[in-house]
Amino acid sequence: MSTNTPEDLLYTKSHEWVRDNKDGTATIGITDHAQELLGDIVYVELPEDGAVFAAEDPCGVIESVKAASDFYCPLGGEVIAVNELLDDSPELVNSEPYGDGWIMTLKLDSTDDLDQLLDSHSYINEIAE
Amino acid sequence: MSETNASLRTPLYDQHLQAGGKMVDFAGWEMPINYGSQVQEHHQVRKDAGMFDVSHMVVVDFKGANSKAFLQYLLANDVAKLKDQGKALYSCMLNDKAGVIDDLIVYYLADDFYRMVINAATRENDLAWINKQIEGFDVSLQERDDLSMIAVQGPNAREKALSVLDKEVAEKAAILKPFFGVQVGDTFIARTGYTGEDGFEIMLPNANAANLWNAFIDAGIKPTGLGARDTLRLEAGMNLYGTDMDTSTSPLSAGLRWTIALEPKERNFLGRAALEEEIATGSTSKLVGLVLEERGVLRRHQKVITASGTGEITSGTFSPTLGVAIAMARVPADTGDSCHVEIRGKQLAARVVKPPFVRNGKSCL
Repeated sequence: MSTNTPEDLLYTKSHEWVRDNKDGTATIGITDHAQELLGDIVYVELPEDGAVFAAEDPCGVIESVKAASDFYCPLGGEVIAVNELLDDSPELVNSEPYGDGWIMTLKLDSTDDLDQLLDSHSYINEIAE
Repeated sequence: MSETNASLRTPLYDQHLQAGGKMVDFAGWEMPINYGSQVQEHHQVRKDAGMFDVSHMVVVDFKGANSKAFLQYLLANDVAKLKDQGKALYSCMLNDKAGVIDDLIVYYLADDFYRMVINAATRENDLAWINKQIEGFDVSLQERDDLSMIAVQGPNAREKALSVLDKEVAEKAAILKPFFGVQVGDTFIARTGYTGEDGFEIMLPNANAANLWNAFIDAGIKPTGLGARDTLRLEAGMNLYGTDMDTSTSPLSAGLRWTIALEPKERNFLGRAALEEEIATGSTSKLVGLVLEERGVLRRHQKVITASGTGEITSGTFSPTLGVAIAMARVPADTGDSCHVEIRGKQLAARVVKPPFVRNGKSCL
């Protein structure tokens, strides 16, 4: 099964992607591989704007036709934006997981934490196992 | 592609793989859960035409002079209602405590010939039960594993199917009334289904199944997986055995009072005494439809909170047709028209409705 894993993003083992916005913030979503596994997504329970999470905290829920899955915060920080398009069009997570299907933007506690994440090659190896 | 432990394959297995089917284990059968997008397949059936491989379901023929008498004893609904050849009847098969052993369709083909379709998951249990009851009746039972079954469903399903069926089959099928079937040569075709849409269920020899499937694809009927089958039947307010009911529930607490034939009073059928007792004392629970008033998805086993006590969702989903979460739930018998559902620790408001939610493509809400 071929999945799209852009090289300019960072990844987690729990299938989130992270885009370093180079201004102390990062935009986050779930990977193409993850949306493929979940199937048609019908509801996304977004975190609240202003919520503060530590790395690996569950911060939202993605519900597909099959099941509800937790969405984990890849990094510590404060939510400064959530993708409200997903309220009416949760299927964007399926069709454009790295584009209009993004989930939230975090103001990072520390940009050093980005070093803990996987690069695209490591993530591809991870999902190949 | 996910590995499964399923060992059984229908004659249409290769067709599923060719269509990109994601195969999963369903009651020991390797079946397609979807062919890409469950939601698109759902809409395809509501708006145009889809088809399902239901060859894993079990076809059983009853032949012999006592066939009618036996089925009148075996089933909670009364096959004596079937006066016209080919007419179908939906019924539960109950144990002595009126628990539902299975739900099924039975077709009246002749006074000494009835055909029954039972669920794949309950096959062994059903057949053991039937064989236990059949003693003393002049009836022979034949499992028709030589037949495959394809269901075509949707507003355009009949027209598209008729365009490719053999001329003689098509002529007889074209004039079938709803809930009737007819045998034409080695094909049995019925105007029945499990989606709330018009269509046919077609039984035919295993060797011919792939050809018909391929012809239906050419006619624009799209393969539809078990995932969409579940959301379609739930929108249509049809119970799923093992989920919405089982041997621990009676048809009265499964929304199936309409399938119990208590008249004529002298008809003795399995489970009758227990049913009459439950009717006399009153059921403690009932099966209702729920529509979530807030954002979220209803799922099986979520707790339902009502003014008269708690209940549980038996099957739930996000309705692709309605764009809201819907469910069937077993709740206290005196539940009113609203309740709450507990989802991840929060109580969300839901409306209590009488299924179906969708019929012939249109909302019933």
